[in-house]
Amino acid sequence: MIPPEILSSLTTALARLLIFPGLIFAIPAAWFFLWVERKAVARMQGRIGPPFMQPFFDFIKLLGKDSPQRSGVSGLLMRAWPLIAVSSAAGAVGLLPVLPASGGFQGDLILLLALLELPSMCIIAAGFSSRSIFGEIGSAREAVLSVSYNIVFLLAILSIAASQHTFSLSAMALLPASPLRLLGIVALLVCLPAKLHLNPFSLPNAEQEIYSGPMTEYAGPELAMWELSHGLEWVAATGLVATLIAPAFTLWWVAALVFVALSFAIVLLLSVVASATARLQIDTTVRFYWQCTLIFAVLAVAAALFMRLKA
Amino acid sequence: MKLWNKLMCYSRRHSPWLFHMNGGSCNGCDIELVASLSPRYDAEQLGVRLEGSPRHADILCVTGPITHNAVEAIKTVYGQVYGPKAVVAIGSCPATTNVFIESRTLAGPLHKHIPVDVFVPGCPPRPDAIILGVAKAAEILSERAAKKLPAGDAAPVIVGACEANCASGAGCACSEAEKKREAETKEVQA
Repeated sequence: MIPPEILSSLTTALARLLIFPGLIFAIPAAWFFLWVERKAVARMQGRIGPPFMQPFFDFIKLLGKDSPQRSGVSGLLMRAWPLIAVSSAAGAVGLLPVLPASGGFQGDLILLLALLELPSMCIIAAGFSSRSIFGEIGSAREAVLSVSYNIVFLLAILSIAASQHTFSLSAMALLPASPLRLLGIVALLVCLPAKLHLNPFSLPNAEQEIYSGPMTEYAGPELAMWELSHGLEWVAATGLVATLIAPAFTLWWVAALVFVALSFAIVLLLSVVASATARLQIDTTVRFYWQCTLIFAVLAVAAALFMRLKA
Repeated sequence: MKLWNKLMCYSRRHSPWLFHMNGGSCNGCDIELVASLSPRYDAEQLGVRLEGSPRHADILCVTGPITHNAVEAIKTVYGQVYGPKAVVAIGSCPATTNVFIESRTLAGPLHKHIPVDVFVPGCPPRPDAIILGVAKAAEILSERAAKKLPAGDAAPVIVGACEANCASGAGCACSEAEKKREAETKEVQA
């Protein structure tokens, strides 16, 4: 017999992973955000842009295309990377503390950060296992980029967590707004374009230079999975910032609505920035994160630790 | 199952991803292809996306009269596009080799080497004609995939530039030459 409290927490966890904010919500949201990005870029360029259902049509079409014959261990790995990326991004979305009292555990922040990082690890591995020169260059760029922005990204999260002495997401989401938290959110927002491969940091998939980067050798259903994982990354990354910005609500539908609205606003902001900027060189990007942004992140962590000592 | 097939057919028609291949073109048609994605023509409304890798593409857009150097590359890239796929020959060059006809540096026209589905004649064709050609190719591709037919089984379609452009019927300077060139294209195919 399973004790009732374990059963109830299990059902909550499953509901979060599968229904909201998990798969049933996250997959349509992923397609919606991909559409918002393309549409916003198009509007900024004075075009009309793709129809509403475009990412969905792209996904279905890719599922119906022939897939390449792959053999051996590297073929197996190449098939596995997109699946790992999709499942980890979906897991990251499922962990977001959107609804009040939706359960959670001490340390789920660390799990969320790991799951958010896995898709880009998969992209790096995919590019190298594809053995394409463009894939390898793209992967190398992704690796350099991920080392640069992740320091800032992790320090920003850490500063918020350290100031409040908690690694639990739901506890972090419940905290009142403070200047330190604002600083952390700004630092996260600065990292998001690099995490989502958007201009001005769209180096790994710079198609005028290295075709499609790590994705060059992917086709058909595998590419569909990559598109989906990219969309889920959108949901997870913008959702993380949205849960940090959103004030705490007791009504679940208000919380859900505010979450969606905030995510939408962040997607819009990132797309507008992406369409208004041009791609930077890799060394400029690395310098930007290591020299200009890192100092603020270090300051934020120092301030957080100082606040803890004083309290 | 029937619903799924219908959805797939519809999706294939509404999401043509292009790969652009230059077979020795003078760049005129290449510029027009890019112009068809620009704000004035905005092919993205049809779901068109210019892809960096032939593996991602559905439709191969070839420009130029196909030089000896380009033949092997075009065959390789055609093989790299996964099915269902279609080929659009943009401009008069890949259709007839145009003014370079009988040049010893050429191995064209294109349909001697790979099956072509849509010809968009013009020197260069207008962007709206190119968009029409791509839409036609997407339609051909989805129908062919639904019937599980091999590539290049049907006669290619010629998308006339003039009907698409001169809605006024004013008869622009190109119309006579265009008709002649289309006739030539048909002749070469026959």
